[in-house]
Amino acid sequence: MSHSSQLALLRSMLRIRRIEEAIADRYAEQEMRCPMHLCIGQEAIAVGVCAALSKGDSVFSNHRAHGHYLAKGGSLNAMVAELYGRSTGCCGGRGGSMHLIDLDAGFSGSTPIVGGTVPLAVGAAWASSLKQSEQVTVVFFGDGCFEEGVVHESMNFAKLHKLPVVFVCENNNFSVYTRLNERQPERPLYRVAEAHGLAAYTGNGNDVEEVLAISRKAVGLARQGQGPQFIELHAYRWREHCGPNFDDELNYRTAQEIKAGIHDCPIASYTRKLEKENGNIHLEIERCEAEIQREIAAAFEFALSSKKPSIDDSQGKVYA
Amino acid sequence: MKHRDITFAEAIREGLDQSMEKDPRVIVIGEGVPDPKAIFNTTAGLRDKYGNRRVFDMPLSENGMTGICIGAALSGLRPVMVHQRIDFALLAMDQLINNAAKWHYMFDGKASVPLVVRMIVGRGWGQGPQHSQSLQAMFAHAPGIKVIMPTTAYDAKGMLISAIEDNNPVLFIEHRLLHQIKDNVPEEYYRVPLGQAKVLHEGDAVTVAAFSYMAVEALVAAKALKSAMGIGIDVLDMRSVRPLDVASVLNSVRKTGQLIVADTASRTGSIAGELISQVSEQAFDALRTHPVRIACPDHPAPTSHFMTRHYYPGPQMIADEVLKMVGADKTSTNYRELCALMLHDGPHDAPNRGFTGPF
Ligand SMILES: Cc1ncc(C[n+]2csc(CCOP(=O)(O)OP(=O)(O)O)c2C)c(N)n1
Repeated sequence: MSHSSQLALLRSMLRIRRIEEAIADRYAEQEMRCPMHLCIGQEAIAVGVCAALSKGDSVFSNHRAHGHYLAKGGSLNAMVAELYGRSTGCCGGRGGSMHLIDLDAGFSGSTPIVGGTVPLAVGAAWASSLKQSEQVTVVFFGDGCFEEGVVHESMNFAKLHKLPVVFVCENNNFSVYTRLNERQPERPLYRVAEAHGLAAYTGNGNDVEEVLAISRKAVGLARQGQGPQFIELHAYRWREHCGPNFDDELNYRTAQEIKAGIHDCPIASYTRKLEKENGNIHLEIERCEAEIQREIAAAFEFALSSKKPSIDDSQGKVYA
Repeated sequence: MKHRDITFAEAIREGLDQSMEKDPRVIVIGEGVPDPKAIFNTTAGLRDKYGNRRVFDMPLSENGMTGICIGAALSGLRPVMVHQRIDFALLAMDQLINNAAKWHYMFDGKASVPLVVRMIVGRGWGQGPQHSQSLQAMFAHAPGIKVIMPTTAYDAKGMLISAIEDNNPVLFIEHRLLHQIKDNVPEEYYRVPLGQAKVLHEGDAVTVAAFSYMAVEALVAAKALKSAMGIGIDVLDMRSVRPLDVASVLNSVRKTGQLIVADTASRTGSIAGELISQVSEQAFDALRTHPVRIACPDHPAPTSHFMTRHYYPGPQMIADEVLKMVGADKTSTNYRELCALMLHDGPHDAPNRGFTGPF
């Protein structure tokens, strides 16, 4: 992989991290008044998968969607404005953090009812298959979502019709505070997808190049008409399930475990790798950081100076 | 009896605890039941006390797990299931409506489903279109299911106990903004019958029949109307959606001749509409003016706090409708006093200044 592609992956992860941190820092001001599920620690999955897609491909997502939206090229201004409930937000303020959309970027929608968008992605793939278009559809969801019946119904239909859809399961071992082993028997998730007849892969969700390599293969096969693909990626959610803070004090995970999770930081480890391969990239990172900070500052300014919607704005568009 | 104020959430916890203690068939299950937040603390300590064979977390499989609980209920257990948002129970609609609601009827009464499903209605702080719906009417449309909405902590405990003892599927709907409200709750095990409205305030001018959190809002309006304008209204806390206590509303309407129904749901197809139609059918002659529904508008709840400001009806809207019915003067200083008495303390999307979540 070229140095500039590698740097682009690093930059993309860093950008998501800094945006999430900026949101967390300002959340306490109580101006972003909506539930928020940050993806800090899981950036490599969003970035690696979306780097394997083209602009015309479609992505659906869940409650923890900021990274997916940004990696697919969703507008930062429209996202931050949405968090602030402003008219310029991607849903005009109707959605907030848990409902993002940017159709120009191929981000088809994210919603917080667990499992809700999984069949929609299969439907999108079905449509592109019937229209004989090149489009591949990706849906991001968590290990908890894997327990919803609709996910398995979706895989079945996707396989039956050999649809160009890639299921991406982010396994962070938790559904809110509940561990996987309190919710599922011990067997790898991807093997269940395999049993549905899908081509299934698993990998380290903290290694962006590994995520990209698996995704390229899966997306390529899906595009060639080889049918649905399933990728299980392991990662760690650093902060609380919902909200801006760390929640170590709740003791549902040990200090050791949290430390290990943070130690596997996808950004720090990739930075180390690039330095090993390319020598000092300190200056390049500094430049990225500066650009990102400027972009973030501008996005918050855009949001905060945007029009506040009124009651009238909440009324229309119930029907098309 | 000793006076003891505890919150609605604590009352639920105590009701669960005492039901489990009394009846070994009672089990509790739901996403997050034994976790550190314990469903807004309503299940705190139950795992420690009753162990992991009676208190369960569960996979994110609402429909399947509801069916599994129905099967367990048919087989001698008394499961209490809980959903942190009523919106998640929509995934279980098939099991609730096709199986739970009909099992007893369609098999000629040979078996029954003693199941309680707690469902929490979210509101405030950007809960938005998929986390704040008030779906009681949708569930109550199915004969065979009971749907209850206690408002006070006293009723929360007593009605939960009655629901657990009931041999039918009972949906126990909790409004999130009620969880922190305190009331005098006896320490002992007691029942409050299902399907009976309760009079919270008395007056002759208008009847206000209110559901769940709207009963709290109606009581604020009633007190303010009395003290600022000298207008007395009946406030009925309906407490139950199905069975619906139409008789109590008729009693009051025969006295006042005027009816307002305040609902937490959106207007069209609401239980408010059902109540008004039943009152109209049975006591049209007693009504001096047309009845009025106070409900949320017919569009989904937006997330932005700029847009929710006027989405939820409150005491002001109730009081204004009362004044319209009685033909009172809205230009007087008394009216300004009335408005001041009903002013919401704190941000409009939180129940009061002190409340910072979790939402
Ligand atoms: C149908 C449904 N059930 C429950 C919830 C509450 N809920 C929101 S996110 C979540 C955890 C989901 O876990 P997972 O899919 O692994 O994603 P993660 O949060 O770990 O990213 C739960 C239980 C919901 N939103 N929808």
